[in-house]
Amino acid sequence: MKKTAWALALLLIIPTIAFGGEEVIEITSTTNKEAIDLLQTNLNYVWTLIAACLVFFMQAGFAMVESGFTRAKSAVNIMMKNLMDFSMGSVAFWAVGFAIMFGTNKTGWFGTDGFFLSGWGGPDSDPWVLAFWMFQCVFAATAATIVSGAMAERTKFTGYLVYSFMVCAFIYPVFGSWAWGSLLNGSGWLEGMGFIDFAGSTVVHSIGGWAALAGAIVLGPRLGKYGKKGEVRAIPGHNIPMAAIGVFILWLGWFGFNPGSTTTGDSSIAMIFVTTNLSAACGAIFAMFTSWLMFKKPDIGMSLNGALAGLVGITAGCANVSPTSATIIGAVSGILVVISVVVIDRMHIDDPVGAVSVHGVCGAWGTLAAGLFNMGGPTIKILTTQLIGIGAAFVWSFGVAFILFKIIDMTIGLRISKEDELMGVDVTEHGTHAYNDFQTIN
Amino acid sequence: MKKIEAIIKPFKLDDLKEGLGELGITGMTISEVKGFGRQKGHTEIYRGAEYVVDFIPKIKVETVVKTEMVDMVIEKILSSVQTGSIGDGKIFVTPIDKVCRIRTGETDEDAI
Repeated sequence: MKKTAWALALLLIIPTIAFGGEEVIEITSTTNKEAIDLLQTNLNYVWTLIAACLVFFMQAGFAMVESGFTRAKSAVNIMMKNLMDFSMGSVAFWAVGFAIMFGTNKTGWFGTDGFFLSGWGGPDSDPWVLAFWMFQCVFAATAATIVSGAMAERTKFTGYLVYSFMVCAFIYPVFGSWAWGSLLNGSGWLEGMGFIDFAGSTVVHSIGGWAALAGAIVLGPRLGKYGKKGEVRAIPGHNIPMAAIGVFILWLGWFGFNPGSTTTGDSSIAMIFVTTNLSAACGAIFAMFTSWLMFKKPDIGMSLNGALAGLVGITAGCANVSPTSATIIGAVSGILVVISVVVIDRMHIDDPVGAVSVHGVCGAWGTLAAGLFNMGGPTIKILTTQLIGIGAAFVWSFGVAFILFKIIDMTIGLRISKEDELMGVDVTEHGTHAYNDFQTIN
Repeated sequence: MKKIEAIIKPFKLDDLKEGLGELGITGMTISEVKGFGRQKGHTEIYRGAEYVVDFIPKIKVETVVKTEMVDMVIEKILSSVQTGSIGDGKIFVTPIDKVCRIRTGETDEDAI
């Protein structure tokens, strides 16, 4: 009896001491709802930022793919370009790009406020703008780094740095403002028409892919890529396992890229995970079979590109197409990427890693597919809007990038000299080798 | 003294080393080389573009022996390394003017 009395007293005293002096919060349905909403908001932050980590890690994937598919004597340069794409891209997007893409947009063509993250009100204000910036920053950097692969092994580093800054400061955000501005404070003309591009088949990948095309054209092909009789000569990559690891990292990162674009921690991410994975898998399979048919052997480079093509292809429609549709979208991407690589090569446009085919061509296909396979039904209006978006992206990105590259070429120079290219861009632009203990024969 | 240079298929190196060991040959130098003789190259394909690989990876084994041993060594190399298929390689014999063991300063036949 005495023990029980003491226990009871303790049980009553401790909570009184703990909560003594604090407001008593009445539990009503309103305060309950507020608490639940707060939990959901916090979950949104966590999911969005975890997804941002996954998309950031795709930078490592791009670096591995690009390096694996190019020669050992260019590996340092590729690493520098990838490092700077993310670093300069982050700064450019902080200073200028984010404001253009998501700032108040009266005309529907570009945002006008929020430069240098001025939209953040300080440590006591709502930090959502910071989380959103972080997520969007890694997306912008993805678009920028697509280009470095197509321009590998022959680009002047200074020229590339200028381009890299401009992509995240201007080219990417302007188109982004047309399609995604209303995700924050903006509003774009394209999204106003109902343009579907959930995670960026066009906004990120086609923008990057068409800029890559412009770069590859202005640069010209690597020495020895096309023979005197116009034949296409192989310049094999120096590390296939590295390229493969890169693709796996990108595939993993895409699980942040697509489902993360909900920026909401709820069950809608489940279907997006599934469509993403199925499209990648079918992309790899169908690229493999296509290369098998065309070249008599299943080709590793094409199969790897196929997985990426499937991922790019589903990025627009990952939230509004069914898993079954995703398999078809991926399969078509896989077939398309192989044909595209061959066609672009035959046009004597040298794209060492297939960036234009994977991101430009399959980005366009993925955007169209989001309309064709729309679960609510494909309508003429939807399909027309998709086509307008695809066209606008090409005109904007290819056009502006082409002009930019031409200006760079005419001022500081875009391509290294013939002698420098034979020696290797690592030594001439960076004064060092990637593999110092190895004798690389080229 | 003569230098024996044998260019052989890479996977035959262990057999050659053992064979020469049986003859009491105590030293050799190898290098990774590429080459072709009458064995033609083959075509490979990379991202849809065909390319011809003319130079096949080989191993070059060099060893310096007493002149009297040359025929025995050639015989031993042939029996260890010969497969009968194209690309088996070649053996070259050249005269050596002088040999010196760096550690002790011994010269010529005392050094091999």
